[in-house]
Amino acid sequence: MATASTALTPAAWTQPLSRTLVIFLKEARYEFLKYLRLPMYSLCTTMFPVMFYVLFGLLMNRSAHLGSLGVSTYLIATYGTLGVLGASLFANGVGVATERGLGWMQVKRASPMPPFAYFTAKFSVSMIFSTIVVLMLILLGTCFGGVQLAPLAVVKLIATLILGAIPFSAMGLAIGYFAGPNSAPAMVNLIYLPMSFASGLWFPIEALPKFLQGVAVHSPAYHLAQLALAMVGGGHSEPALGHWEYLIGFGLVCLGIARIGFQRDEGTMYG
Amino acid sequence: MFATLREVQPARLQRQQRPAGAVVARLQGVSKTYGTVTALRNVDFSVRAGELVALLGANGAGKTTAVKLFLGLAKPVTGSVNVFGGNPVNAAVRIRTGAMLQVAKVPETLRVREHIDLFSSYYPNPMPLAETLAAAGLEGIKDRKFGELSGGQRQRVLFALAICGDPDLLFLDEPTVGLDVEARRLLWEELRKLVARGKTVLLTTHYLQEADELADRVVVINQGAIIAEGTPSEIKAKTAGKKIRCVTRIPIELVSSLPGVIRVCQDRDALLIQVSQAEPVLRELLQQDSQLCEIEVASAGLEDAFLALTQDNYSETEAARRK
Repeated sequence: MATASTALTPAAWTQPLSRTLVIFLKEARYEFLKYLRLPMYSLCTTMFPVMFYVLFGLLMNRSAHLGSLGVSTYLIATYGTLGVLGASLFANGVGVATERGLGWMQVKRASPMPPFAYFTAKFSVSMIFSTIVVLMLILLGTCFGGVQLAPLAVVKLIATLILGAIPFSAMGLAIGYFAGPNSAPAMVNLIYLPMSFASGLWFPIEALPKFLQGVAVHSPAYHLAQLALAMVGGGHSEPALGHWEYLIGFGLVCLGIARIGFQRDEGTMYG
Repeated sequence: MFATLREVQPARLQRQQRPAGAVVARLQGVSKTYGTVTALRNVDFSVRAGELVALLGANGAGKTTAVKLFLGLAKPVTGSVNVFGGNPVNAAVRIRTGAMLQVAKVPETLRVREHIDLFSSYYPNPMPLAETLAAAGLEGIKDRKFGELSGGQRQRVLFALAICGDPDLLFLDEPTVGLDVEARRLLWEELRKLVARGKTVLLTTHYLQEADELADRVVVINQGAIIAEGTPSEIKAKTAGKKIRCVTRIPIELVSSLPGVIRVCQDRDALLIQVSQAEPVLRELLQQDSQLCEIEVASAGLEDAFLALTQDNYSETEAARRK
């Protein structure tokens, strides 16, 4: 209202933009702090992949090779993908379901917060925690596993996994909009564990039973893992474009589902 | 009861002298159903600038639904919702409103000042943090995490989030639930200050005393419909004008047949007589019984009015159902 009259002056054009930017940054910052101070989230999402990497990549199979690639290098890519999966599904799936089901989302929606800031913050947190996991894996692998990654490969790996957090965050949102606050953690675990196992994130996909290998190619986590592996010089020699296409398509479908839930909330929220 | 009434009377008179402002929020012919449950039926209701309106009703009467419609958190099935001349979901409207809702769970790992800092950033001209903290009585606990707070403190943080943007119009859904007497008084004081600064407040409550002491206007809602509307004294006058309590030998049937008597009931050794005007009835009683003693005359409280209103409404709907 008040902005309508002042919007014509040039100074007023820049101010709302910087104010919007401040909102987005604060939203993301507090969202990050919120999860950082929640050990259930921050420790579980980072420690799971790191623990398994130490066990299977550093203590047990240190000098083993998968094709031309050392196991400790191979597993950085797949456990990095596992980190992305955990960080994205738990923050978005469980987070949104809880905030939606127990009233906090309504307080946010009644406020002048731009709805997009809320989702951007959630996605950013998934990306930040994904990055933390990969950095920890690279650090451990380099120090104790004899992993030698070129700086460019490190950057490409991290960039791939950060982008990969987007479709999985969308998947989390879709779950968060259709699961209740109590059922969401169970639901996310029901997806997170089998999906990561069947996509070859725990063990190389070649070590899985034949029928699971057939399932894996339909799992989005498999496609992200293959992209990550390609960045460290491994994986199947399929064109990367196909994997990206699959992930983009999957992410869009999830966003579509989340949007249906978002619009459903606008009309019929109880409480 | 008498003491409290006399205390608040001057404040209320002052408030009534303020000119009524323009309509800033309005529900027009609004009905809302959730599945098979009808939460509101054909409700017309408006809030004027600068007034403090109490939406009074029992649990499940439709108060929260009305607030959610005003906030654009729910869509009406029929009718229209208008806030500051627009749809409440518009950003331009939302930066002028603040809301306090009943929330089961608030992110517990953020500190009080962090919550306020974030919500303040949503508004173009928020109050300084210190001012918000002072208004909500949170100065001593600004660095505590939300999860470490008591129920009353949590309620005060939610109040702080509603006012931190210095909005013109506040919607408060049962703001004093869970507050102790002291904290409730403080919040009332803050609300009076806000209204004195020209802000508009709509609050829902099922505390009759709260509506009586605080509101310029009371809207009584029952089973999804508005059944009465007016100043607290108007609401009271609408049903039971005065209550006379006295000990008399006049039979109860005779008393109830006197002109101006609404209802009579036995209260231990005395009679409780509800009348529209006390003086003529008293005169008649004293004439008929020179032994009449222990006379007490009181204004009917809002509570009596509320009960009478909702019960009448109930028996009407019951009667309609039987037909």
